[in-house]
Formats: sequence, structure tokens, C-alpha cells
Amino acid sequence: MARSVTTQRKALTTVAAWTIALIIFFPIYWTILTSFKTEAQAINDPPLFFAFDWTLENYSVVQERSDYMKFLWNSVIIAGGSTVLGILIAIPAAWSMAFVPSQRTKDILLWMLSTKMLPAVGVLYPISLIFVKFDLLDTRGGLLVVIMLINLPIIVWMLYTYFREIPGEILEASRMDGATLKEELLYVLTPMAIPGIASTLLLNFILAWNEAFWTLNLTAANAAPLTAFIASYSSPEGLFFAKLSAASTMAIAPILILGWFSQKQLVRGLTFGAVK
Amino acid sequence: MGQIQLKKVTKSFGSTEVIPPLDLTIEDGEFTVFVGPSGCGKSTLLRLIAGLEDITTGHIEIDGQDATSVVPAKRGLAMVFQSYALYPHMSVRKNIAFPLRMAKLSQTAIDQKVEAAASVLNLTDYLDRRPGQLSGGQRQRVAIGRAIVREPSAFLFDEPLSNLDAALRVGMRLEISELHERLKTTMVYVTHDQVEAMTMADKIVVLQAGVIEQVGTPLELYRTPRNIFVAGFIGSPKMNFMTGSEAAKHSAHTIGIRPEHINVVESGGDWQGTVGVAEHLGSDTFFHIHNTGLAETLTVRAIGDVSLKHGDTIHLSPRVDDIHRFDAAGLRIS
Repeated sequence: MARSVTTQRKALTTVAAWTIALIIFFPIYWTILTSFKTEAQAINDPPLFFAFDWTLENYSVVQERSDYMKFLWNSVIIAGGSTVLGILIAIPAAWSMAFVPSQRTKDILLWMLSTKMLPAVGVLYPISLIFVKFDLLDTRGGLLVVIMLINLPIIVWMLYTYFREIPGEILEASRMDGATLKEELLYVLTPMAIPGIASTLLLNFILAWNEAFWTLNLTAANAAPLTAFIASYSSPEGLFFAKLSAASTMAIAPILILGWFSQKQLVRGLTFGAVK
Repeated sequence: MGQIQLKKVTKSFGSTEVIPPLDLTIEDGEFTVFVGPSGCGKSTLLRLIAGLEDITTGHIEIDGQDATSVVPAKRGLAMVFQSYALYPHMSVRKNIAFPLRMAKLSQTAIDQKVEAAASVLNLTDYLDRRPGQLSGGQRQRVAIGRAIVREPSAFLFDEPLSNLDAALRVGMRLEISELHERLKTTMVYVTHDQVEAMTMADKIVVLQAGVIEQVGTPLELYRTPRNIFVAGFIGSPKMNFMTGSEAAKHSAHTIGIRPEHINVVESGGDWQGTVGVAEHLGSDTFFHIHNTGLAETLTVRAIGDVSLKHGDTIHLSPRVDDIHRFDAAGLRIS
């Protein structure tokens, strides 16, 4: 009896999991599929699932019209740079909050998180003015810093949670062993927190890669990353769904591949601390 | 050299004062044990000496130099933690070498010292393992190895044996004592276990609520406890205390007598009662006696195996010379 119930339940949860996964995956699947259709087939009613003339034309057109590599390179620099810079700032911050907390540490953490609750558009004006004033519009450096700042609260929070799991006595031992603060962070804390730091890096890289609001508002031609590349194909005066899909596919491919290979790290990172 | 002096040291966490003004001198080469019940401030005191906690007021001097605001790394002290606090991502070799690496020694000097420490501590075969692959006793030895390689002016031990099982604890206790004999370096050792304190210490510091109750050699504390707290804390099983008419006979508010200072006699005797629990250890027998009219339970230690059992009437005769007398404030009357 009990056995059949568990089998039944197992089957049910499996079906539910697959259904949810397919619903989540469907837009990506549809985008990739559409990128291989002609513009006419892309808007065909009823929608075409398999029976259409597969073509790579969209990809070659997209590649011809815009320099994919330039956008890709900008994405790599902005996402990578903001992640590295963010981690360098967040490690000491999270260290101090986790290991030498003050009475205000909790408040500071919450305050940092509260900045994420603010709609980005709320600070568009001041940030744009700063960019104009300092001649940062359409520069990779400027965008890199803004995206780093946008994600910094999340990096600090994630690292703080990982660091909290590391026994403070080990850091104290390193201090007794003659390590300076820098050596303590470099030789003891960081190597011990590598899994946590790696998943923070990864998640932040993905967030920065997919960031669209600031990239669209602060870049034009020179510093535009892949999100701007996609947007340039969603033109209001024409229907270019197939080309838009091809551009999207090209833009999400690198991050999709990266995510696929680092699934384990990501899952561990997102569930870290749940089970000791 | 390794003399440590605490001068009017206090420590407060927020508005809670955990250590009221305290003076203490730990002499060079001495094995000093801080002992007291949980929460008495003994670990805090050790951490103050280590520099892991800042003192609120007062001064700490190490070898005559003011170390009050010197960072832990520069105090020349080594510490062994209760949780061992080994670096889990490093091999045993790297763990032991870490303080030497921080001191920027040459690789050959590091290797030499690590090998020497490993052979002293029987760790040579385990040098390439990670701490996670070692037993509790081995981990503790690695922690000690990491402490001895840098030849500190003093060792600080924070309840180092409390995570080990009983048999291992006795073995490690001896190892640490032997280490002290060999190195002759100052050692400050924190424990809540008075047996560890009695067996290892040159000098015991008994603490309660951050206050030093008494400082002395193990036998001084055993023979002439300054107050009821020390009398009750030092010695196992605990000293028996009596008040009322029995104490009045000795013109004291409270009297105390250790279980080993009460003789079991065939008949007569000054006191009698009913055996509650009899613990036969072979070498000794501990009787927990009720209905004596003196105290709720009286503990008596008899040499050898005495065949009295639960419910039997027992006759007792205290050794009058070994009765400790205390006044109403709990202080010893000499």
C-alpha cells in the first residue's frame, strides 16, 4: 500500500516538475526555433513547430548588419569587470560584517538590501547627470561601475551568509599565527570560502550579463553590450521576429553554456546555508 | 622569556562587566591553569592575554613590555583552540608551516622545523593529509604542532581537551605536561575540569564571575582553600559542607570535610547514616550517605572495596585535623 502511494506521488511530482520546467523553458525554446525560420514563417498563424524551412539566413543577416563580436566583447568586459570589482569590494565588507559585527551591522545589511527595492528608474536622472558631467556616457568603465554598484548589495549579502558559516576561531588562529589582515583574507578566509565566492561570482556575472535597463539608457554605440544588441532588433516599424530571435539566441548562448557547465556550483550557491 | 602581567585589567561587553579589575602575574616557564565553572570569564581572560579581545581598561605586559594595544600576531604567543581551529583547506604540513610562512622564514628552515615538530608529535606519517582525514587526537596534536614551531614566549590553551573522549584526554594531558617539561615555556591553560587543573598546573587560578578567588599550587588550594567556593570546586568528589550545630562545635559558621577525610568504622563513630548509592571502583568505594542529620547527602571515600550496600547503616568518624572552617561570609578561619 505504502509503496504504491510513494510510486504514485513520485510519478505526480515528476510530471509536475517536467511541466513547470517546460513552461519556463518554452520561451527560450521558441526563441531558438524562431531564429531558424524566415520572417514570414515566424509570424505564421497557426504557429509552426517543426514543419518549416530551416534557415541560417537570420544569423548571417544579423552578423552582417551589426558587429556581434564587439557587443560580445563589451558584455564580457562589463559583466566580468563589474563582478571582479564587486567581489574585491564585497569580501572585506562581508568579512567585517560576519566576523567583527557591530550593533549596527544588521541595520547596514538591511539598508543595503533596501537599495534593491528602489526602482532603478528612480535614480536614472541623477545617474544620467553624473554620467554627463563626468563624460561617462557610452563608456564601458562607467557602465561597469554602475552595474557593480547595482549588484553590490547582493554580493555582500551572499558572501556574508557564506562567511557566517566559517568558524571565527580559524581566523583567530591565523591571527595568533602571525597573519596580517591581508594574509588572513588571502590565505585563510578566501580559500575556505571558494565555493561560496565561486557561486557568487557566477550569479553576479549572469545578473550583470542580463542587465538591460542601465545598458540601454547609458550606452549607445561604443560600450553597448549584448542586451543592447538584442534591443536594436526589436524595431517598432517592422516585424523582424526571426532576426530578433537570432540576435537573442546569439546573446544568451554564452551565458547559457556557462550556466550549463556550472549548474552544480549555482545550485550549491543558492541553497548554501540551508543544510549544514 | 615569557612573563605575563595583568594590571588592573577589566573587560566589559556593552554595559556588562565580565571581568572586574584584576591583577595577575604569570611567571616565566610556569604552567598556569585558569579554572572555574562555565561563564566565569576564564576563556575571556585568556583571549585578553592573546589579544583576540580588547581590554576595556588596564594594562597587559608581556616580558615587561606593554602589550595592551599590540595585535595578536605581534605578541609572540601561540594558542591552541578548543575546536583545534585547523585550516581545513591545508595539509597537516601546511598547517604546521603556516606560522613560519607568516614569519617569512626560508623554505628550508620551514621544512626543517615542520619535520622536527612532526616527529616530536608522531605526525610524520600524516603530514600530507588534510585535517578532515585525522582523528580528534591527531587534530589536537597538529594544533599543538602549529603552536610549537614558532617557539612562542608562551602557549595559551583554551580547553584543548574538551572535545576528546575520556581515554584520549588522559593521554593528551600527559603529552602536554611532558611538552612543558621539555620546552620549559610558559603555558596558560584554561579548563573547567579541576582534575586537569590539579594534575597539570604549577599554579592554579580559580575564577568565579570574573573574580580571582584564589591563586596557588594545586596542593595549597587543596589543603588551604581560601573560601567555600574554592573548597567546593577543588577536589573530587566534592567537599562536604555542614552548617548548624555541627559547625558550631568547631566554632564556625560552616565546616567542610573532604570525602577522603572521613573514615568508615565498624561501629560507634561520630556520625552515622544510611547508604544511598555505593560506587565500587575497586581501588576505592564512594558512598553517598543520607539521613545523617548533617547535610542532605554526605559523600565518603573509603579505600579499597568496602562491602556496604544500599540501605545499610554506616558509621563514620571524621578526621578532625582535616576539617576546614569557614565564617558567615564563606571565608576560611585559620
